[in-house]
Amino acid sequence: MALLDRTARGLFLWELVKGMALTFSYMFKPRVTLNYPYERGPTSPRFRGEHALRRYPNGEERCIACKLCEAICPALAITIEAEPREDGSRRTTRYDIDMTKCIYCGLCQEACPVDAIVEGPNLEFATETREELYYNKDKLLANGDRWEAQIAANLAADAPYR
Amino acid sequence: MMSDILAQLGAFWADLPLIVRIVVGILTIVVPLLIGMAMLTYFERKVMAAMQLRQGPNMVGPFGLLQPFADGLKLLSKETVVPTQANAGVFFAAPMLTFLLALVAWAVIPFGEGLVLADINVGVLYLFAISSLGVYGIIMAGWASNSKYAFLGGLRAAAQMVSYEVSIGLVIITVLLCVGSLNLSKIVEAQKTVWFFIPLFPMFIIFFISALAETNRAPFDLPEGESELSGGFNVEYSSMTFALFFLGEYINMILMSGMTTVLFLGGWLPPLDIAPLNWIPGPLWFIAKITFVLFCFIWVRATLPRYRYDQLMRLGWKVFLPFSLIWVVLTSGVLVYFDLLPK
Repeated sequence: MALLDRTARGLFLWELVKGMALTFSYMFKPRVTLNYPYERGPTSPRFRGEHALRRYPNGEERCIACKLCEAICPALAITIEAEPREDGSRRTTRYDIDMTKCIYCGLCQEACPVDAIVEGPNLEFATETREELYYNKDKLLANGDRWEAQIAANLAADAPYR
Repeated sequence: MMSDILAQLGAFWADLPLIVRIVVGILTIVVPLLIGMAMLTYFERKVMAAMQLRQGPNMVGPFGLLQPFADGLKLLSKETVVPTQANAGVFFAAPMLTFLLALVAWAVIPFGEGLVLADINVGVLYLFAISSLGVYGIIMAGWASNSKYAFLGGLRAAAQMVSYEVSIGLVIITVLLCVGSLNLSKIVEAQKTVWFFIPLFPMFIIFFISALAETNRAPFDLPEGESELSGGFNVEYSSMTFALFFLGEYINMILMSGMTTVLFLGGWLPPLDIAPLNWIPGPLWFIAKITFVLFCFIWVRATLPRYRYDQLMRLGWKVFLPFSLIWVVLTSGVLVYFDLLPK
């Protein structure tokens, strides 16, 4: 009987019909992929993307040139030079990040005592030349201005866990 | 009024030199065919995407409809690479031959009542001969590339196409037994009462599966075998030479669907000869049926994994060949016993 069963299944291509029915039924299921540039998946508030230097609400830059980020950076991607400004406060004259060296470990933002250097939510900063990825202070501050709203929201969302 | 215009048009058409009429006839087949082929690649990608829960092309033009044309332009703008060890003459002749044979076969396909370029009495034989010649394009490509992958792909393709042609031939014989003519229009007209896929259902399945093997489509796409032969017979081809192979393959798919439609699905005939259905013109029915068969081609590709080479040969020679042979004998026996042979 089992033999008859098996032969009948083989002869009528039963497995084949079952497989075809399955793929056909899948044709009407909703897709699982995202239409990427127009639809995006959720990102965590802890997402470590492109770097940014933040400012205080009054426009003063947060960074106090303590060089903790430079010291902790395992990839040696950060270069800082500093001297006192005219008003006597300690500020950086140079703050460079080599984004081609950076490993996005997030240790710089962990080390920062004033939440000045942060990794923002942006992940689309691919460039056509290598030179464009050597970020200087202007670029980082501009990033901070551009992403401040989201960065602040992310920091607030993550604050209870710190 | 309408009939006057039509009569004048008819007279004008008849006055044209023969060569003009032939060229116009060819163009009215080839141009829609090439557009249909482009749409088929789009259709394939969309259907496969839907079955794999993806989106498919959706960026170029509305719903990505212009994607095949963008791909065509890309291929046109690429460089034609000829391997140093290749036999250049044969290397270039192979894709041309494949493409040419894919187009030439369409001369005898009837799109509607009387709508056929060459209404010859041995249409089926002609189709069969042309589809058998198709293997030369591939084996030439495999040999002329002078590459081991291309060579293995070419050998596989030749063996596979020859094997499955045998069972296709026997399937066609059963159909011919029921029709009594080799003319494709006569074959369609013989299906006025019942389409042949109902009385000859097992033959219909065998023909469809053999058509998959004949056009080197999944699950019989060993000649291409991108996972083990990195592209098979067309590894060394690029740019327009590759595009010609690609066009040839897809036009052959449409041709095999057309053959399936003519032999088993009643060609241009509506499913039932009743009021709303027989208002739709025959060619539209024909196109609709071809589209359905093409959908099955794609559906199979989205479902089944590739056959192993020995399984492929076993299926062709040890299953299909005896089965279709028995069915030829059975069909002729039934036809003679019940005195149903076409006069």
